[in-house]
Amino acid sequence: MADAHRREWAFVLAATARVARDIDVAEECVQDAYVAALDAWTRQGIPRNPGAWLTTTARRRALDALRRDRTLRAKLPLLIEPGALAGPAGPDAADPAAAGAAADAPDDLIADDRLRLVFTCCHPALAREAQVALTLRLVCGLSTAEIAQAFLVPEPTMAARVTRAKKKISAARIPYRVPGAAELPDRLDAVLTVVHLLYTTGHTAPAGPDLVRADLVDRATGLARMLAELMPDEREVRGLLALLLLTDARRAARAAADGRLLLLEEQDRSRWDRAAIREGTGLIARMPGPGRAGRFALQAAIAAVHAEAPSYTDTDWPRLLRLYDELLRAWPTPVVALNRAVVHAMVAGPGAGLADIEGVERDGRLAGYRYLPAAKADLLRRLGRREDAARAYRAALDLTAGDAERAFLARRIAEVSAGPPGAV
Amino acid sequence: MTEYLILIYERESGYAESGPEVFQQVGEAHNRFAAQVGEKGGKILGGNALQPTATATSIRDDVVTDGPFAETKEALGGYYLIEARDLDHALEIAKLCPARFGGVEVRPIMDVSMNMPG
Repeated sequence: MADAHRREWAFVLAATARVARDIDVAEECVQDAYVAALDAWTRQGIPRNPGAWLTTTARRRALDALRRDRTLRAKLPLLIEPGALAGPAGPDAADPAAAGAAADAPDDLIADDRLRLVFTCCHPALAREAQVALTLRLVCGLSTAEIAQAFLVPEPTMAARVTRAKKKISAARIPYRVPGAAELPDRLDAVLTVVHLLYTTGHTAPAGPDLVRADLVDRATGLARMLAELMPDEREVRGLLALLLLTDARRAARAAADGRLLLLEEQDRSRWDRAAIREGTGLIARMPGPGRAGRFALQAAIAAVHAEAPSYTDTDWPRLLRLYDELLRAWPTPVVALNRAVVHAMVAGPGAGLADIEGVERDGRLAGYRYLPAAKADLLRRLGRREDAARAYRAALDLTAGDAERAFLARRIAEVSAGPPGAV
Repeated sequence: MTEYLILIYERESGYAESGPEVFQQVGEAHNRFAAQVGEKGGKILGGNALQPTATATSIRDDVVTDGPFAETKEALGGYYLIEARDLDHALEIAKLCPARFGGVEVRPIMDVSMNMPG
């Protein structure tokens, strides 16, 4: 129920923001509409389409606010597209009680509004953490308290972050629109990055007792699904949704009953979510149009290889290595190079992978990244270099705050320190 | 339309160590920029280059001191006041602004009439 309310709230806000031309004003109008609904629905009963009723009411209030201040209207072309303001004869001026009948028409508009809002929230002129917070607040409808809790920061800090970002949108006039074709690839990449960041934060919580924060993961998957519906021709959007579905399919198998983190090779593959895997691989199989795969589509293809492998040893490692080579070309980051090194080790032996990892280490950009010493330790362990392995595991442990990951590393240290000589 | 200030921050040593040909190139770049702003549908309302920070005098609490307000590697060396539709338009224009030894900052001008109390 709370979730339905939240979803409705986000839709109504997106539709109102374009009329109000200011996100704060839009939020107030939506608030007013909910208060009005409480009264009107008690007297007249719940309308056939409550969302349309709320949207019409909120947008009318936004229009009233604008009419009250004509000078403001002249000065604030902020959130407005030419022709977007419906005149007195338009649906905005219709009686809210009759809105149910006109509810079909504005659906497209509302869909566009949600897309506009996402691009505004993820504008490159806003700091990444502000982009994430605004998207959760305005597009997903989470409260500031909920967002603060998700990112483990005090509520006043998160409230200040959201307020500051909204002020910048208004004062600097960050436009409320979907970017044109020339800018779209870059701007879309920023949106997808925010959704992916949301997902990874939830997928492996950076600190605390729970490995997965289901709320964030579900929120991110929901956003990716919404984007895929609104932008069906964008390969990277589809790639992101597939990536999230295929990664999340492993959720139930990632930790043992005692909370212990399980590696891919230890997971019980019968516990993987087959429906999610089917949906993810289906999305990859039906990529729209020609063109080279971007980083999200390639990561999805990589996740699909894992998802379809009957076991860890029976994974198509040479195919994975080819995909990682392609990914490294599309997205040359040290994290990708590190992951490629692990796959290279599976194809050409731990020595080859170790040489790659040492190269990434010399690059220096991944200093402080906990998965680098962890991956290195694993290869050293497989090479039988137990003391070096223990040292690398300890380095990884020093960089890790999540309880489940810490327990895993401590277990590995105990293994390489205690076991019989030779490979472990 | 909204007004934005484009602040040009550059390493002053870049110019100090350059010959006259660099000054000429930079001058031409700024002339080109002035033409491009109009082509992009924006408008330059004003702008100037500043003398180096060695000529700056700062005042804080009536105390006058020699030098800029804050010593930074890249110093404010010039500005344009422009008119643009929104931030995207302003950034599109600012990306064209020459800043050979640094970069630019874009700031919206405050509309004082809208920020008065009451």
